[in-house]
Amino acid sequence: MGTRARSAVVAGLRGLALAVVGFAGSVTLFVLTVLSLAFVLLGVGALTTPWILDLVRHWANWRRAVAAEWCGVRIPAAYRPFPADLPGGVLGQVTRCRLMLGDPATWRDLRWLPVDMTAGFATALLPAALVLYPVEGYALAAGLWRVFTDGTHIGWWYAFVPVSGQGTALLAALLATVFLGVALFVAPALLKAHFQLTRAVLVPADGELAERVRVLTDTRKDAVDTSAAELRRIERDLHDGAQARLVAMGMDLGTIEALIEKDPAKAKEMVARARRSSADALTELRDLVRGIHPPVLAERGLGDAVRALALRLPVSAEVGVETAGRADAPVESAAYFAVSEALANVVKHAGADRVWVDIRHEDGRLRIAVTDDGRGGAAVEAGGGLAGIERRLGTFDGVLAVSSPAGGPTMVTMEIPCVLS
Amino acid sequence: MRVVLAEDLFLLRDGLVRMLEAFDFEIAAAVESGPELTKALAELAPDVAVVDVRLPPSHTDEGLQCALAARRARPGLPVLVLSQHVEQLYARELLADGNGGVGYLLKDRVFDAEQFVDAVRRVAAGGTAMDPTVIQQLLARRGVEEPLGGLTPRELEVLELMAQGRSNAAIAGQLVVTERAIAKHTSNIFLKLGLPVSDDDNRRVLAVLRYLDSR
Repeated sequence: MGTRARSAVVAGLRGLALAVVGFAGSVTLFVLTVLSLAFVLLGVGALTTPWILDLVRHWANWRRAVAAEWCGVRIPAAYRPFPADLPGGVLGQVTRCRLMLGDPATWRDLRWLPVDMTAGFATALLPAALVLYPVEGYALAAGLWRVFTDGTHIGWWYAFVPVSGQGTALLAALLATVFLGVALFVAPALLKAHFQLTRAVLVPADGELAERVRVLTDTRKDAVDTSAAELRRIERDLHDGAQARLVAMGMDLGTIEALIEKDPAKAKEMVARARRSSADALTELRDLVRGIHPPVLAERGLGDAVRALALRLPVSAEVGVETAGRADAPVESAAYFAVSEALANVVKHAGADRVWVDIRHEDGRLRIAVTDDGRGGAAVEAGGGLAGIERRLGTFDGVLAVSSPAGGPTMVTMEIPCVLS
Repeated sequence: MRVVLAEDLFLLRDGLVRMLEAFDFEIAAAVESGPELTKALAELAPDVAVVDVRLPPSHTDEGLQCALAARRARPGLPVLVLSQHVEQLYARELLADGNGGVGYLLKDRVFDAEQFVDAVRRVAAGGTAMDPTVIQQLLARRGVEEPLGGLTPRELEVLELMAQGRSNAAIAGQLVVTERAIAKHTSNIFLKLGLPVSDDDNRRVLAVLRYLDSR
């Protein structure tokens, strides 16, 4: 009984808060959005709309979070990500406006605002009323009725009970008890109904899930193609390299066997050659392993692997790492090779003296920035190194952003959503 | 000379034991995991430890970590680390305490038994044995930026061998010149790099590596 009473009271208070804050917020944002959209026709709106729609998204996201936390109602957000190469300034803002208005999630948000300030307001207020209204009934019975009447006329209505004296006030208290009883059983359910209403309006339609599936299918195809190509490369390298050397070594050993008594000097020479072959085979295998999964990465994780990589660079490099724990091996590997590719680009094209690598994990994302003081002008082009990085990260829903004005500096930023363990 | 050996692959462990025994080393213990290594180093107090970087149970850099921990507990404990690959990062960690008596070699180096055993002896005596790959990386990187204070190609060669931990006599042997010529080269190198001359082999290698390191 105690927990039921507590959860009813909590639901009531939360409902009250939601009703007040929710109404105020949704009305304000709705008005602002409508005004801003109207001004799009005049041009000015294109600049303000993304800003206001951002607020709307934050507002909706806050309600999503509250729904999950208070009632366990999960409402997935499905905003389309912005492309990484969005320009800055006025042009970028207009592009953002266009992209946001083209996103069905935006229109779901805007449809939700009026629903939230009417039906949402009512469903939030109802549990609050059920919990709080009985207080008034008890207060009347406890003597508050005297404020409204001297006992001769009806001075106050408590729901449908006309309060005109102590007797009717007690009747009000009885009704309050009934309300309270109902509140105990339905207040939490009513609050949940409020969030389910929110969910019904905000939940993505099937079409978008299909879109998401399409993106995932594309990135999976990329991943499969890339790994198949990688396997072919490994097979070829083994075949032409280490394997061939081992065969040569076997032949040398056979010749040595035949020569060892006839011509010891020649045999000795061939022993030396066989030893060189085996050393070369090892070197090739080592390089191959480094290309598949670098040993330091396996042993120490991303931070030290990038540090080790930086030590081999011909330019001066600073590496900063702020991560607690390690990401999943495939994510670590993708991040490592992405950084490796970015650094190779710096060495090949940037003409830089220094490069800074910054690795951190925050808000559930691995963020890596590679900055150099080179000549700039880097761009994501089809078939180029940066496009390769983008594809590599795409498999993990990661994104790449490149800022590289002519004359430098170049900053390549990568983000991969992941958890550390 | 008593050796503690840590290597998880049976064939390699067996081969190393036989090779070291052939060169009159006494194998105090041949272990196959990190915890066993830590225990053996603490209890047997060997003259030198030969350790594989990657050991069970973690199969990461457990061997290196155990060796570094043992050296913290007993500074100067001679440790020769073997690895399937060499990284400057690990070489730096080994050299960091400045106590000497460290080595870091590719496993391939055991192909040349005499050179390998020479490296073990050098480390046991408090010197260093750095893999040529590490030194070449350091020098190559340095070379791009500045010509190492104008060293001649011959001096560069000498510096490389010196940085691996070899004595003047050994360098002279390898380059087929007299020891006096090498002594002249080394004093020139120290002069050009601005390092005070010292006859302590270990200190001079550390100084070289530090110089290469400080950028």
